[in-house]
Amino acid sequence: MKTTEIAIIGAGPAGLSCAVEAAKAGAKVTLLDENLKPGGQLFKQIHKFFGSREHQAGTRGFRIGEQLLKETEELGVEVLLNAAVYGIYENKTLAYVKDGKDHALRAERIVIAAGASENALSFPGCTLPGVMGAGAAQTMINVHRVLPGKKILMVGSGNVGLIVSYQLMQAGAEVKALIEAAPQIGGYGVHAAKIRRAGVPIYVSTTIKEALGTEAVEGVVIHSLDEKWQPIPGTERTLDVDTICLAVGLSPLTELAWMAGCEFTFIPPLGGHVPIHDENMETTLPGIYVAGDITGVEEASSAMEEGRLAGVASAESLGYYDEDTAKRLKDEIWQRLNSLRTGPFGEGRFKAKIKQLQARRQLA
Amino acid sequence: MRIKHHPILNDETRECNATIIVDGKKVPAIEGEPIAAALLAAGIRKFRETPKYHKPRGIFCAIGRCTDCVMIVDGIPNVRTCVTPVRNGMVIKTQKGLGEWGEKS
Ligand SMILES: Cc1cc2nc3c(=O)[nH]c(=O)nc-3n(C[C@H](O)[C@H](O)[C@H](O)COP(=O)(O)OP(=O)(O)OC[C@H]3O[C@@H](n4cnc5c(N)ncnc54)[C@H](O)[C@@H]3O)c2cc1C
Ligand code: FES
Repeated sequence: MKTTEIAIIGAGPAGLSCAVEAAKAGAKVTLLDENLKPGGQLFKQIHKFFGSREHQAGTRGFRIGEQLLKETEELGVEVLLNAAVYGIYENKTLAYVKDGKDHALRAERIVIAAGASENALSFPGCTLPGVMGAGAAQTMINVHRVLPGKKILMVGSGNVGLIVSYQLMQAGAEVKALIEAAPQIGGYGVHAAKIRRAGVPIYVSTTIKEALGTEAVEGVVIHSLDEKWQPIPGTERTLDVDTICLAVGLSPLTELAWMAGCEFTFIPPLGGHVPIHDENMETTLPGIYVAGDITGVEEASSAMEEGRLAGVASAESLGYYDEDTAKRLKDEIWQRLNSLRTGPFGEGRFKAKIKQLQARRQLA
Repeated sequence: MRIKHHPILNDETRECNATIIVDGKKVPAIEGEPIAAALLAAGIRKFRETPKYHKPRGIFCAIGRCTDCVMIVDGIPNVRTCVTPVRNGMVIKTQKGLGEWGEKS
């Protein structure tokens, strides 16, 4: 059976950063991703990142991805692409499919950095071709350079909805409107202002009544909601769209962690059920770590820091870092993580993350 | 529709260099791009019909998670077209229900 020291599942920002940190220390690292290209969500992000300069704010997401890839190559990390991991078994043995064949990989440490998946929304017509995740549309336009439709309704005013709306316009589509069920816009004001300036109306307290069409989306009916989130009769209006993009949140992709037997806690602001972990990103199972959106949906910057933590900690546990060096590195990472989790958007996540760490201590 | 010009990404440099056969019709494609991208570029949005109520489905996640985009590819049913790369000459069929195994080409 194939063996390695540290197996990392998922080559997004979390997995790549983890691989760099562990390989730098000298560990033998194998990184697996089911995609044909590494990078996770980074390569669809052609906008400049927000945050502080040390977190590469102002740099476009795909450039950060290119940099991380270069580092993993230079450090000689083994990268297995088109390799979907479907199970974690006893003795830290992974099962994965590559080129239509089953393979096993036995590791001494496992880091799960599988990311998150987009939430769906149910309404009459929600299964019609033309209704898709906002991330799906983003993948099509920015990675594959194909427009999934010409006239778009965006649902959800968080940063994903706002940013993808703008990117759809950059790609040549017309965004007819952006709707939000809550009474206020969810994402950053700067992003909302940008799409408003471009002429896209944003309707708050508004949701979808139904999608129209038989073989694919041919239109949509929206209506307003009162303060109890109930539809107000008579407020229906029909929009001429061929595509409905849903930006209604993400949920951590936790199947592998459940299967391995990690213990979970339920924290809604992080996306629901999340694996419990300690300050080293180690789960309740010794030697199995988690990092990135799977530990709670945040952002690429925090995913990279969590990946680095898991990389340093797993390498330390194998003897590649002495205690002092590891402590210094981990303290630095924690400082940066804490500074990311501040401000009106970060503070809620900061509190949620503390709850997650407390859940670990209560078990100990 | 393919995106030729883009304010941030450079202009598209790739050209269609492959042909796939979709329900008997020739569709131009780029070798290595996901089958779903070639279909959307050609304006094809319905990829399959559900087993019981024969409802149409297209792409939903575009990253291989949801299986909404499965079709019969070279005789193999339930192939996720959003993560399966195009090869010149591929034969693709709209999948009805669970699909049927066909001749491998
Ligand atoms: C529109 C949009 C805009 C954003 N803008 C910003 C921003 O400006 N700044 C910011 O900091 N963040 C931003 N984010 C958030 C950021 O992209 C994510 O938080 C980040 O990508 C999470 O990283 P990750 O490594 O945990 O997961 P991902 O990037 O999702 O990577 C996970 C990887 O794991 C692979 N994988 C999953 N399961 C398996 C399996 N079983 N076997 C093999 N491989 C598997 C996947 O294929 C994927 O490549 C944005 C997100 C979106 C959608
Ligand atoms: S669109 Fe979801 S698997 Fe292809």
